[in-house]
Amino acid sequence: MRRILAMVCFLVVFQVWGGDWLQFRGPQGAGVSDETQIPTTLDAKKNIAWKKALPGRGLSSAIIVGDRVFVTCTSGPNQERLHVICLNAADGSSLWERQFWATGRTTCHEKISVAAPTPVSDGKRIIALFSSNDLFCLDLDGNLLWLRGLMRDYPNASNGLGLASSPVVVDGVVVTQIETDGEAFVAGIDATTGLNRWKIDRPKKANWTSPSILRGAQGAMLVTLQSSTGISAIDPKTGVEVWKYSDGASTVPSSAVRGDTLYVPSSGITALQTSTDGQPFKQLWKASQLRPATASPVVVDERIYTLNDAGVLTCGDTTEGKRLWQLRLKGPFSATPLAAGQHLYLVNEKGLAQVVDLSKPEGQVVSELDLGEPIIGTPSIGGGGLYFRSDGHLWKIIKS
Amino acid sequence: MFNRPIYFHAPCFLLAAWMGCGELSLKSEVDFAEPLRVINSVSREGQGNAEAFVAMQTLVFADAKSIPIILAAMASSNEVALNWLRAAVETIAQRHVASGKPFPFVELGKFVLETSNPPRARRLAFELISKVDPLTSDRLLTGMVNDPSPELRREAVQKLIQQANLSLSESNKVGATLLFQQLLSLARDVDQVDGIAKSLRNLGQVVDLPFTLGFLTQWKVAGPFDSIGGKGFAAVYPPEAQVDLAADYDGKTGKVRWQRLLNTEEDGSVSMNKPYTPLKGVAAYAYSEFYSENARVVDLRLGSKNAFKVWLNGQFLFGQEEYHRNKAIDQYRMTGQLKSGRNIILVKVCQNEQTEDWATEWDFQLRVCDALGTPIRSVAAASGGDR
Repeated sequence: MRRILAMVCFLVVFQVWGGDWLQFRGPQGAGVSDETQIPTTLDAKKNIAWKKALPGRGLSSAIIVGDRVFVTCTSGPNQERLHVICLNAADGSSLWERQFWATGRTTCHEKISVAAPTPVSDGKRIIALFSSNDLFCLDLDGNLLWLRGLMRDYPNASNGLGLASSPVVVDGVVVTQIETDGEAFVAGIDATTGLNRWKIDRPKKANWTSPSILRGAQGAMLVTLQSSTGISAIDPKTGVEVWKYSDGASTVPSSAVRGDTLYVPSSGITALQTSTDGQPFKQLWKASQLRPATASPVVVDERIYTLNDAGVLTCGDTTEGKRLWQLRLKGPFSATPLAAGQHLYLVNEKGLAQVVDLSKPEGQVVSELDLGEPIIGTPSIGGGGLYFRSDGHLWKIIKS
Repeated sequence: MFNRPIYFHAPCFLLAAWMGCGELSLKSEVDFAEPLRVINSVSREGQGNAEAFVAMQTLVFADAKSIPIILAAMASSNEVALNWLRAAVETIAQRHVASGKPFPFVELGKFVLETSNPPRARRLAFELISKVDPLTSDRLLTGMVNDPSPELRREAVQKLIQQANLSLSESNKVGATLLFQQLLSLARDVDQVDGIAKSLRNLGQVVDLPFTLGFLTQWKVAGPFDSIGGKGFAAVYPPEAQVDLAADYDGKTGKVRWQRLLNTEEDGSVSMNKPYTPLKGVAAYAYSEFYSENARVVDLRLGSKNAFKVWLNGQFLFGQEEYHRNKAIDQYRMTGQLKSGRNIILVKVCQNEQTEDWATEWDFQLRVCDALGTPIRSVAAASGGDR
């Protein structure tokens, strides 16, 4: 019953139809797809449906809404030109492109990009955030609905290394987490008008994590904000904090959600479950052996998967946080892995995609595909396709 | 009227456009004056977005001939409004190209060639031409090496850099040297200036890069003051209240005085580690006099990995409390008003208590430029007095 209720809430919140991938790490930010037609062996000749040249750099993930794919990138000597691109998912052809001038600072680490945050959609609109804190809302046909220059509004909210937090949309509110040493805030921006519904101050410390969406004890969706101080679960309608976890957390990999549990990169991984016994949440376990590096954890069924700095994939059980097995992969990784069925899809920084069969006792690499370009961004899965993006290209991988 | 959601207003405009003619035809500039005014009124925190969206419904259904008028309105736009108008132009252009109708090239070309038009608007017009007729746009670039639009100028300079490299590949070192020397004075983007300087040095030429980029090199510094726990960023130490170059101050470890610091770093960095040795939990002030022949608005462009604050003639311009994230030339652009004669630039730069090897830098780089990035040198510097 609880699961059914969760699914109903989920569908109401996201207004999704099958195959959409509307935000960073897809539905609920979990990094798990229910697609069944994603190939488990990747062959350049058989499985690449199309490869589209992009007009600029980026490490944001593509998002998929219906038969359209949306991706952001930046161009120019200082990445001051911001692009929002819409492609036909069937053949990769361009449907429309909008370009904007950055209104905020664009300085960032050479490895990353101003197009780091993944855009988000509520199925009707595309909301694209850039590291310059420029935020654009367009309809699916590219008509501009509203825009914000958040660094003009809040001039100290910048990080010389760049920002990467991807916004989420819940209940008509775009939750934008922008936390830097100079200024830190989370704004709940009305998805219809572009005006602030609320804005809360946050710890002034650089933070690259993205918000997650979790069903609260009362059934309403909460947005969990991760930072060096821990987790703050807020009501997306008001920005009011509902509960907090104060034992600290990472500022790079983001939490993963599965069902009513949040898996937080904190002291390794800490599992926090929505509680129904009157307490706001229940801490299930802490597991230092599951510590992730840059990539965020992924939870598939009763297993959690993390990647460390050495490119080792660690599998733990979600009941106790016990480490079950480890598998050395070809790293290093910045991109978060995604799961579809019993397979995990990973791509390293050199652009080598790897597929791990999770049904094997200790996991097994069953396929590799060298895409030939550095890849930092997390892939996407939607509409029967697996998408990888580099600074130069977007690939769609399908079953042959 | 505009308190309601954006979508509430949209249908009437969409319907009007659909029922009317599909494209509203421009009769005069007056037709668009009000929607353009509305869009140019967008301001902080999303104020004016709803009104701008409604105004857009008038603009985006216009005929492509109206594009130059929308572009011209960019002269009155703030940076946020510029993006609204850019979206309007792109939407019109996309629909127009898809319909197969001829583009108003002559009008757009005239707009591009009129250098008093807004730089970004000219660049957008140029890009519209490029999409349909890249050969013509490429030819237009030939006359743009001294253009007031940074983006057009960059592309024109880049073409000449390619020509200079071609001369090099043909073993014409003299020709390449002359062309690179010419380009050094024409380029404004730092990456281009840097690349040209490297090419000239490879050809045996001497290039004073800090001077070329216009970094301020003559400073007087006072410090260190206490910044344990980061308190120096907010603390108002005496130099910040009033600069007295003859004064003694109570510093972190004793009396401190102003002392001369000549910056000689290739990247223009003014390193506080030179006079004070590497310290932690400290703040220091840097003072420079800048002489201008006339009153004018300028950019003060600063790069630093340290927390800083900048004042021009006692007026606070900007500060950022961030340590050891990144440093880049022109990382922070501040607009200031120079007065005729002597101007005082004061920088506070703070060092935190991080102990990693990569956290030892305690410096900044600063130059005065026009909006295009053309270095403006102190009159004294230009006459040789500063170097």
